[in-house]
Amino acid sequence: METVKTQDVTFNDLNWKIEYDADRCTMCGSCVAVCTFGAIEVVAERRSKTVSKGHQPDPTQQHQAVPVIKQKNGAANACVGCGICEKICPNRAIHPVRNTDSRGTLVSRSGSPIKRGGRTNLNADRTLDKIVVGRISQMTDPSLDSERHTFDILAPFGRVLPATELPFQSDGSELSLTGKTPPVNWIYPVIFSDMSIGALSTRAWEAVSLATAYLNEKHHIPVRMSSGEGGMPVKLMESEYLKYTILQIASGHFGWNRIIKAMPRMKVDPAGILIKIGQGAKPGDGGLLPAAKVAEHVQAIRGVPKADLMSPPNHQGLYSIEESVQKMFLSMNAAFKFRVPVAIKCAASATSVSVYNNLLRDPYKICGGFFIDGIQGGTGAANEVSLDHTGHHVVSKMRDCYLAAVKQGRQGQIPLWAGGGLGMTGNAAADAFKMICLGANGVFIGKLLIQLCGCVGNEHGRCNSCSTGKCPTGICTQDPRLVKRLDVDKAAQNIVEYTLALDSELRKLMAPIGNSSLPVGRSDALVTTDNAVANKLGIQYVC
Amino acid sequence: MCRIGAIKSKVPFHPSEALYLMLPQQEGHDNSGFAMVMQDLAGLFAKYKDKPLLSLACTQKGAKLVEDYMEAHNFRPIFEWIPRGKRQPGLDIKALPYYIFRNYDYPEHYRNAGQAEREALLMDTRLALRKILEKDDQGYVYSFWPDVLTLKEIGDPRDIATYFNLWEKNGDLMAKNIVVQCRQNTNYDIVRYAAHPFFLQGYTLCANGENTFYTKNKEFQKSLHRGYVGFESDSQNFLYTLHYVLHELKWPIKYYKHVITPLPFEEIEHRPDKAQLTAIRQSLSHLEINGPNTIIALLPNGNMMTCCDSKKLRPVVVGGDDTTLAISSEVCGLNVILPNRDKSKDIYPNEREVVVITPELEVQRWKQ
Repeated sequence: METVKTQDVTFNDLNWKIEYDADRCTMCGSCVAVCTFGAIEVVAERRSKTVSKGHQPDPTQQHQAVPVIKQKNGAANACVGCGICEKICPNRAIHPVRNTDSRGTLVSRSGSPIKRGGRTNLNADRTLDKIVVGRISQMTDPSLDSERHTFDILAPFGRVLPATELPFQSDGSELSLTGKTPPVNWIYPVIFSDMSIGALSTRAWEAVSLATAYLNEKHHIPVRMSSGEGGMPVKLMESEYLKYTILQIASGHFGWNRIIKAMPRMKVDPAGILIKIGQGAKPGDGGLLPAAKVAEHVQAIRGVPKADLMSPPNHQGLYSIEESVQKMFLSMNAAFKFRVPVAIKCAASATSVSVYNNLLRDPYKICGGFFIDGIQGGTGAANEVSLDHTGHHVVSKMRDCYLAAVKQGRQGQIPLWAGGGLGMTGNAAADAFKMICLGANGVFIGKLLIQLCGCVGNEHGRCNSCSTGKCPTGICTQDPRLVKRLDVDKAAQNIVEYTLALDSELRKLMAPIGNSSLPVGRSDALVTTDNAVANKLGIQYVC
Repeated sequence: MCRIGAIKSKVPFHPSEALYLMLPQQEGHDNSGFAMVMQDLAGLFAKYKDKPLLSLACTQKGAKLVEDYMEAHNFRPIFEWIPRGKRQPGLDIKALPYYIFRNYDYPEHYRNAGQAEREALLMDTRLALRKILEKDDQGYVYSFWPDVLTLKEIGDPRDIATYFNLWEKNGDLMAKNIVVQCRQNTNYDIVRYAAHPFFLQGYTLCANGENTFYTKNKEFQKSLHRGYVGFESDSQNFLYTLHYVLHELKWPIKYYKHVITPLPFEEIEHRPDKAQLTAIRQSLSHLEINGPNTIIALLPNGNMMTCCDSKKLRPVVVGGDDTTLAISSEVCGLNVILPNRDKSKDIYPNEREVVVITPELEVQRWKQ
């Protein structure tokens, strides 16, 4: 009899267990070949079998060595539940099962924090699903026809001046502009959020970029995508399509060397600049690109050697909001000669209202948008402790910011954009619409896009392995063999089709409340059966 | 929807004309009240056109509170009209004990004050009176402005007219402009302040419909001006925006329509005044209205205006002759008071159109 060492990490200590049916297995080996985590292997097992080979029953017991698929022990090769083995198995002989008695959080901390990608797995509650659009046009006013009427589904990106400060001159019948106003781009109220080349494979980034261009060129839906930190291909920067991209600058300033060098050759301006101060998935922590993912092309775009790329938690020299206004905003605005709106993205925090107030009261009036990223946001790599135990919910925080602006009569001056878990359940239009009614000008979505590309991760600990370089869907890896699993055209098509559906759904939500333009701040359109939510957000409680 | 109407004439006319305009339009919850604003007065008030006229309804205690306040603030009463109607039993009216229509002279130290100062004084006085009266529900103050009289009451407009003796054309009460509406609030509580027309610093407005951007309009307007109060009706938003655009921002009138029902971005893109329209749309996006609406407004300069929501979901018609023009929700009202007009010249403004009638009865029409 073998001696049991209880400290040994075996497969039943891990988060996922492989269920394998040897009777269905034909030993084709596909599952082992496809598993990027090396979680399963082919081994020979000694089996005791009763066989009968003659014409008459003649059972005899035999001991055989049979080849089987077996889950490996040890945390290093833990199954992440991605289910790619199940996807490829022709005989449904294998699939991962969540281990409800997992000791994974104990056995995975071997001297250093657990690092992973994905999203928070502890804070996946959904405020937005407790809210419905309850103010329907009935009798007092007619609903509109989502198919027949026209709808203005656009949101501002840029600093909006109060009417009293518009440089207008009146001759009694006409107004003329006598000065310049800050640039404002009216874009689709759903931005494809910042995911960098590096976090994503070039092919996955390309899919999002293709979808963006297609939606603009073919469907005239003015969606913009943010580049993410880490730059973008020079060819794209020097093309007409740059106008669909919001360039991001984050604390590592990765990629900006090439952006600045490309500026003289840019044919068009980018759609905007987004300064990333923080992100919802790991607030207070800088970006992280593990060396495993710093492939040659990433080194080229970012101008770095192959190493862990860690952006600092702060922009260097940035110690106050005032400084961010004076330095970052001015230099970014000046770089494009004040033609391109510059916005800022922060992780939602108990301090968000203070930040927003500071920006609203900034005398230079050059902050063109406040992006708030909630705890349910995603990331390519983070410490699990950050993902699960730091952050702030975005719904109430965005609402707090809006109401702070209302109190000062400054609503709409710095557009509010919210993200982080929006579209988590696949219903991005409903999420966006509710956020807009609560005061957001628009929303940004990221994880949803890669899920449309085929990402299988979720909020219940499935996969979330974006940091490993072993992404089984070819989305968050730079391994050329894995990237080949991603059909770029199909991925782009999925995003396009989803966005077209989302656009129709937005109309389907605007029409019954009788609105032909976005109901920003129309909180009276929303009701909830949750009294606490009603009180916090200032919407009607119903039962 | 409620019906709204307005009459504008070169010669002063009697309020019964306004009733004849409105009564044929009765439907549903209509004729549950009567509210009108008269401007450019003749008759009894003709001699006091430059003196602010206070229009209010109140209790005895309320009347005393108002008198005390006005005295304490050096307003000197110089003329008062007490409506003496037939207070017969059985009338459908929720009358208050006192109706005060009283001209005051400005306080001594305002004799030489400029227009803006006087306007501010009159509004602040009205707001102060409103606050005093509101405290124990002692009454309602509707307007305090030179040459403007407001009457509002709950009940059947025919009986209200009887009560105030408005059927008898005795020449006492006459005006060149009347804006009128015969319905109490149907959506929310019936309070006298919720009945249009609404008045603020020379601007009168009534609207028929449902402003579905009420909440966002209200949240924005509250911080724009101290006179933007009440919000008992979603139609007040239209008045406050009108006042803000014309009085505060001092923009030409054509931009009012661009604020409340901005052109779609796609159309703005092709306009020569694209820069202005875009700036207006983005800066005042919280003053945009949505939902079905028609607006009738009367401006301090005597111009009368009407326009509709951007989908033309509520009707309105303008018609008349060389002496009198009227704006009405339904043409049947016009047919009663102006049966001999040339009906082929009636105007049915479209969703992008603004119609303005000047004091000389010149009709200006344009598309936004």
